[in-house]
Amino acid sequence: MMTVYALAGVAVLLALAPIALAFAASARATDAVYGVALVTTSALCVIAMASLFERPAVVSTAVLPIGLPWLGAHFRIDALAAFFLVVVNLGGVAASLFALGYGRHEELPQRVLPFYPAYLAAMNLVVMADDAFSFLVAWEFMSLTSWALVIAHHRDAGNIRAGYIYLLMAGFGTFAMLLAFGLLAGDNGNYAFDTIRAARPAGGLAALVLILTLIGAGSKAGVVPLHAWLPLAHPAAPSHVSALMSGVMTKVAVYGFVRVVFDLLGAPDWWWSMVVLAVGGVTAVMGVLYALMQHDLKRLLAYHTVENIGIIYIGLGLALAFKAHGMAVAAALALSAALFHVFNHSVFKSLLFFGAGAVLNATGERDMEHLGGLIHRMPQTAFVFLVGCAAISALPPLNGFVSEWLTFQAILLSPQLPSWGLKFLVPAVGALLALSAALAAACFVKAFGVSFLGRARTPQAANAQETDSNSLAAMYFLAALCLVAGVLPGIFIDALAPVTHALVGTSMPHQSGLDWLTVVPIAQSRSSYNGLLVFLFVTLSGSIAAFAIHRLASDRLRRGPAWDCGYPDPSPATQYTASSFAQPIRRVYGTTVFRAREIGEMPPPGSTAPARLTVILHDLIWDAGYAPIAAFIGYAADRLNVLQFLTIRRYLTLVFAALVLLLLVLAIWQ
Amino acid sequence: MIRDLALQGAQMLFVLGLAPLLTGFVRKVKARLLRRRGPPLLQPYRDLARLLRKEVVLADGASWLFRVIPYIVFAGTWVAASLVPTFGSGLLFSWSADLIAIIALLGSARFFLALAGLDVGTAFGGIGSSREVMIASLAEPAMLMIVFTLALIAGSTQLSTMAAYMVSAAVGLRVSLGLALLALIMVAIAENARIPVDNPATHLELTMVHEAMVLEYSGRHLALIDLSSELKLLLYVSVIACLFVPWGIVPPGADAQAIAVGLACYLGKLAAGGVLLAVFETSIAKMRVFRVPAFLGAALMLGLLATLLLFVSGSL
Repeated sequence: MMTVYALAGVAVLLALAPIALAFAASARATDAVYGVALVTTSALCVIAMASLFERPAVVSTAVLPIGLPWLGAHFRIDALAAFFLVVVNLGGVAASLFALGYGRHEELPQRVLPFYPAYLAAMNLVVMADDAFSFLVAWEFMSLTSWALVIAHHRDAGNIRAGYIYLLMAGFGTFAMLLAFGLLAGDNGNYAFDTIRAARPAGGLAALVLILTLIGAGSKAGVVPLHAWLPLAHPAAPSHVSALMSGVMTKVAVYGFVRVVFDLLGAPDWWWSMVVLAVGGVTAVMGVLYALMQHDLKRLLAYHTVENIGIIYIGLGLALAFKAHGMAVAAALALSAALFHVFNHSVFKSLLFFGAGAVLNATGERDMEHLGGLIHRMPQTAFVFLVGCAAISALPPLNGFVSEWLTFQAILLSPQLPSWGLKFLVPAVGALLALSAALAAACFVKAFGVSFLGRARTPQAANAQETDSNSLAAMYFLAALCLVAGVLPGIFIDALAPVTHALVGTSMPHQSGLDWLTVVPIAQSRSSYNGLLVFLFVTLSGSIAAFAIHRLASDRLRRGPAWDCGYPDPSPATQYTASSFAQPIRRVYGTTVFRAREIGEMPPPGSTAPARLTVILHDLIWDAGYAPIAAFIGYAADRLNVLQFLTIRRYLTLVFAALVLLLLVLAIWQ
Repeated sequence: MIRDLALQGAQMLFVLGLAPLLTGFVRKVKARLLRRRGPPLLQPYRDLARLLRKEVVLADGASWLFRVIPYIVFAGTWVAASLVPTFGSGLLFSWSADLIAIIALLGSARFFLALAGLDVGTAFGGIGSSREVMIASLAEPAMLMIVFTLALIAGSTQLSTMAAYMVSAAVGLRVSLGLALLALIMVAIAENARIPVDNPATHLELTMVHEAMVLEYSGRHLALIDLSSELKLLLYVSVIACLFVPWGIVPPGADAQAIAVGLACYLGKLAAGGVLLAVFETSIAKMRVFRVPAFLGAALMLGLLATLLLFVSGSL
């Protein structure tokens, strides 16, 4: 029954798209579309939560007579789908609310409004699909609608290129998924997930499906080295869509991976986890290192999505390793950590993109080097953005810390794994995870410090206005969620119990009944964390200190010019910029990872010309992976161009030769 | 329950009261090693009292965040320090945060302090913040690797359980413990801005990190930040003491006499730690900022090696 209700909600969203197209020119259209989207996604969110929290867990299905004639379109909401539906629609609620304010500033509403509800509907459909055909159609629909939103501002430099690369990579990813489902369906074409589950592939075939899914879903999620499109496409879209793409669509991709690898494929081989872990570790560190080199606020956030996807894949890889070795409790812990991070990242990444959108609206700038001092002009946006920064930097007592803490606890269980490869890989991955967490904190000190603190670097930043109340409401809502999920993680972990139960056979111990709402993954003597108490302690001791000092000591205050060792400079250009802030880190890590070089040009003595410092960075993944392929395709296209100008005789010969060749192949094959 | 609560409260006040004394002690020993008389032991208390009485001179461009951060930094550090076993283990709230969470609390404090360095928009604050996060980006993973090593040996990340395990006969002499101790000392030096990574005594010098970051603070704000640094030093010495010289830590539910012995042991350990730190700082020169990554990279590698050893064999 739940599935039918959810499908009705999706139908409303789908119907909204053509209506929006018809009335996009009208002034009320923006409010109407985002308002309806807000109500519908709220309803979908409630439906999803009702399915997720229902005990005992229920599975509801529905079949619609569309799609392939002999198959129909199957839909199903089980615990896994329900959890991801919550993530998708919570993101949808927040984005629609934000857009009620933010969308009013849109210059080209007719290029955004029709695609926005369709995009939301597509993401819901992917999660609900229960046969390969519907899944792929919804997947591709999701790619296309988001592509349309990426190129909504088609006149801005770089957006068309971003859309082009996105479309190519999305096509490539879907192709890999298509092959994976082709292998899963087998000779008989069993496209329904139920029949796939009944006849699971084994051995080499299953491994091939894993690799194809890792490529297909991974390219959508943004795992390194398939991430190249993500930092181009996500920032190009309007900010509420950026939030959906980064916070939600990457999670739908993770859903695709989990659905295929944990559900459809059955028992994993031990080495699968090594591939996933290695990919996750590299993705996490590379993502954050790329982010540190950015000074475009939205692009920095997009690279952080890459990092967080890496963290999620580390959790999934650990879960696969434990599952392969029959350690169900540990697998449940690792999977819970990964899925909790899915939720957390969707919350704080949406929040951060909304903040970046508010800044973009207020100043017209995405480049941090042109911002500064916004905390004075936009105090509320600054506050919620700071909460998001602290959450993504995994600072207690916020939510990002809890999921990373759980991942660390899962890593600490892994010495019991028998295989030697994992014994060497897991500690290394643990080090990479720790490194990425520390670098993320550095990066968000930079992002917040350079954009919001200090002195305004441009008149636009100096004259920025606080954003509207709808946008603020959306951001406060997500900031509150960051705190709630960090302080009361037990509720969220318990909600994940049916999901892990379905995928790895057991779930983490029940958390809600414990004293003081503590989180205890395995046993109290082993490890425990209580976000609530930590939050209370920190608040209490801070308040006591403030009270005591203001009461017993001095509370006098005088404003004066900055000290700066006696030589304060009035020009805001003397502040640290995003590039100069990252310089020590660039020097430590960038010289190898990006082959970074700094060229300083000093004018000769007596000259009044300014000194110049040029930084050269190489994106080695692009240079070594994408550029040669692009060059080869260009070369091949040039060579094959002659085929376009042949006579009809030659074309017929070619067709005949191709036919003979294919028949020959068929004959030899038989 | 009331007794446990009182013990926990006593521990919080105890670390708070003791922290400036440790700093004063280290300064005194360093001065004696240089054949100076040095400031009196209680000088840090006097400095704090003087700063607390003075008015705050706030830079014109400072935001509300700049005024809140000293309290956040102090609260985070104080909570972290009071969760570490000092004279007794198994205190009432010790299970609310394990060693990873304590490290993360210190990380929060540093995150906000680095933001404070950027708030006024001066070059000195920026240089301090930017170098601080660079150092942290290596020190934190190194610290986590050390935590991994110790947690794998003790089978827990709870400091009280770890301390109890370390004092038991089961632990023995291990290569990984030696590596972890070395790495932990290196990380502790870097985290507390001590020589050779940073110099707590300098001002107006381009190589300074921590002091540059807090340059714009004055009055009660500066007092809180100084007190936080002193608490952090105490915390790291306590962590090293409770993990590597765990003898004399009082288990939960001990009587008053045992607690007195535990206190005496703890003070002895602190004094020994202070003397060792002073001797080390006096005998070595400060290194250039860009030598620090190599120093901390070595700590990270030591920690990783220790963890790897434990993954290969539980007895190494």
